[in-house]
Amino acid sequence: MAEVVLKNIKKVYPHTAEKDKKKKKAKQPPEKKSNLQITEDGVVAVQQFSLDINDKEFIVLVGPSGCGKSTTLRMVAGLEEITEGDLYIDGERMNDVAPKDRDIAMVFQNYALYPHMSVYDNMAYSLKVKKTPKDEIDRKVREAAEILDITPLLDRKPKALSGGQKQRVAIGRAFVRNPKVFLMDEPLSNLDAKLRNQMRTEIIKLRSKIDTTFIYVTHDQTEAMTLGDRIVIMKDGFIQQIGTPQEVFMHPANIFVAGFIGVPQMNFFHGCRLSKKDGGYAATLLGKDYALSAAQSHLLAEKNVADCTVTIGVRPVDMKGHAAEDGDAVIEVAEMMGSEVHLHMTRDGEDIIAIVSSREADLSQFEAGRKMALQFDPAAMHIFDSKTEENLLPCVEE
Amino acid sequence: MKEIIGGSDFKKRLLIFCILLIVSIIIVLPYVWMLSNSFKTTMETLTDPMHIIPQEPTTAGYEKVLTKSPFFRWLWNSCFVTGINTIVILFTSSIVGYIFARFNFKGRNFLFAMLLFTMMVPAQVTMITTFIIIDGVGLYNSVWALIIPSFVNVFGIYLCKQYCEEIPKELIESAKIDGAGNFRIYWNIVIPQIRPALGALAIFTFLEYWNDYLNPLIYLSSTDNMTLPLALSYFSTQHSTDLSATMAASALIMIPAAIVFIIFQKQFIKGLALTGMK
Ligand SMILES: Nc1ncnc2c1ncn2[C@@H]1O[C@H](COP(=O)(O)OP(=O)(O)O)[C@@H](O)[C@H]1O
Ligand SMILES: [Mg+2]
Repeated sequence: MAEVVLKNIKKVYPHTAEKDKKKKKAKQPPEKKSNLQITEDGVVAVQQFSLDINDKEFIVLVGPSGCGKSTTLRMVAGLEEITEGDLYIDGERMNDVAPKDRDIAMVFQNYALYPHMSVYDNMAYSLKVKKTPKDEIDRKVREAAEILDITPLLDRKPKALSGGQKQRVAIGRAFVRNPKVFLMDEPLSNLDAKLRNQMRTEIIKLRSKIDTTFIYVTHDQTEAMTLGDRIVIMKDGFIQQIGTPQEVFMHPANIFVAGFIGVPQMNFFHGCRLSKKDGGYAATLLGKDYALSAAQSHLLAEKNVADCTVTIGVRPVDMKGHAAEDGDAVIEVAEMMGSEVHLHMTRDGEDIIAIVSSREADLSQFEAGRKMALQFDPAAMHIFDSKTEENLLPCVEE
Repeated sequence: MKEIIGGSDFKKRLLIFCILLIVSIIIVLPYVWMLSNSFKTTMETLTDPMHIIPQEPTTAGYEKVLTKSPFFRWLWNSCFVTGINTIVILFTSSIVGYIFARFNFKGRNFLFAMLLFTMMVPAQVTMITTFIIIDGVGLYNSVWALIIPSFVNVFGIYLCKQYCEEIPKELIESAKIDGAGNFRIYWNIVIPQIRPALGALAIFTFLEYWNDYLNPLIYLSSTDNMTLPLALSYFSTQHSTDLSATMAASALIMIPAAIVFIIFQKQFIKGLALTGMK
């Protein structure tokens, strides 16, 4: 039982000019990749981070590498000082509390098992430090080992374990402590694809047994969508959107979220017109006018949106089309995925992807080089302001 | 085809073997000579030093060392000085090295540079000032004069720092979250991680203090406080040297060093390799 509240958290990594040359060299490439704000004080890795995490909630922080996910998690853990803002766990301010007194557990990407200790001792370490009676330690370690299916490994050293086994031990080590908050930093990134899928389901199962608050960091949107009760999408140190997997998928707050969540990626059509017409709104897409629904128009009118240039996003599953001589896009590849076909097309150098059910469509029409005429359902359109990149229809009820 | 390669390979090996054999003989010869002379009378050593096998073998030298001098007292002194120095240096080097490697504090780089700088200054330069200080605090003619000034070993600190820097950050953070305090992390996590460095350092330190001749000579005056290496001068007077006893004492001193070396041979070689590397 633990609520975690982050209030306007900010993290600045001070410039380290003279020392840590080695470290800096290693850190430079990711710094260049992302567009973090750099001030006189240093690199602003996270800012304006506010989030109320409910008791027993599973929160996933997701975003591209270097966006500040780990930094945020490490501030919750107490491994990184909080530059500004407040952190509360169960109503208690934790900014200046040592990690060991926060009653949290953390699983690291590289497992961080103590190499010189057996699996048993690794799992027992935190309990030993807390001077737990021996028989209680033994009971807890064996119970956790049983749940994680690592009982036969208890006497081994970490060196003698496979990646997946190490991961289980790392989770087990956190598990025995029965922490208030369970932190995980990309726990599955070092595993191969098959193991990752397997461990993902295990984490879901594990969760029903632990029943505590989770904060889980990943760069993988599939992990985020499948694990999270709520997802926090981050970019360049800022939160982009907080919501349930359903919400962020159906109503992405901006172009970044729309592009980040969902595979294959949403298609974007830039430079479209949005105009007021007979009391409603209409969007012009690929030369055709589409009248928006009453609900959509109502929302736009409420926000007082004038005629403007917009970017329209359409998910691949919502794309419709048929082969036509004067079509909009040229087919490049048709990937047969089984129950569906991924149709890769291009138009003016931009890639467009459509997902077509293989049962319904006539596959022979998808030859490379053929032209497709595209049609759209206005209800499936995501309309973003071209300048701010914000979603102009953040929450249309269907 | 195979045979030809085998042949030239054999010749190469033979050549290497011969070179190593000659070098080994050159290195081992003085020790053999010492052992052989320790079983001769002083007379025979002086008149006929080249015989490896003593003409009239005798253990008189050993008897003299063991009965006519406070040999066991010296042995105890040597063990005491070497033991305490080794343990303390292992402790100070590892903890200071860990602090320099893993804690950020003001003036860290400056302090470390100062430490390194002291390593550049030859010991002879500070010998007189050190003596004055030791005498001033009343440690002259005490084995503690050989112990207290050695508590901090810059080379050891440097070695441990290098090793501590290689410890993955997450290991220490993990222990922090597991509830361990700084000292506990040092003791439970850092020490096992830098074991190879500590093994090498232990052997170097042991040999350094076990074989130290100069410092005991400077600081110790009474016979009872002497350490083993000084025994070598004990049997020499201005006019004559009891070579038989001196050689016997040398041989006896070597035994503990040889035992330590044999036990820790693997670590020792590792240690040599790693100090060459870093
Ligand atoms: N110790 C540090 N010193 C300076 N900059 C850092 C440090 N740790 C991380 N950063 C920078 O902060 C940004 C966010 O890093 P991080 O939180 O690790 O990103 P993520 O986990 O989302 O990939 C990165 O640009 C990184 O270069
Ligand atoms: Mg990270």
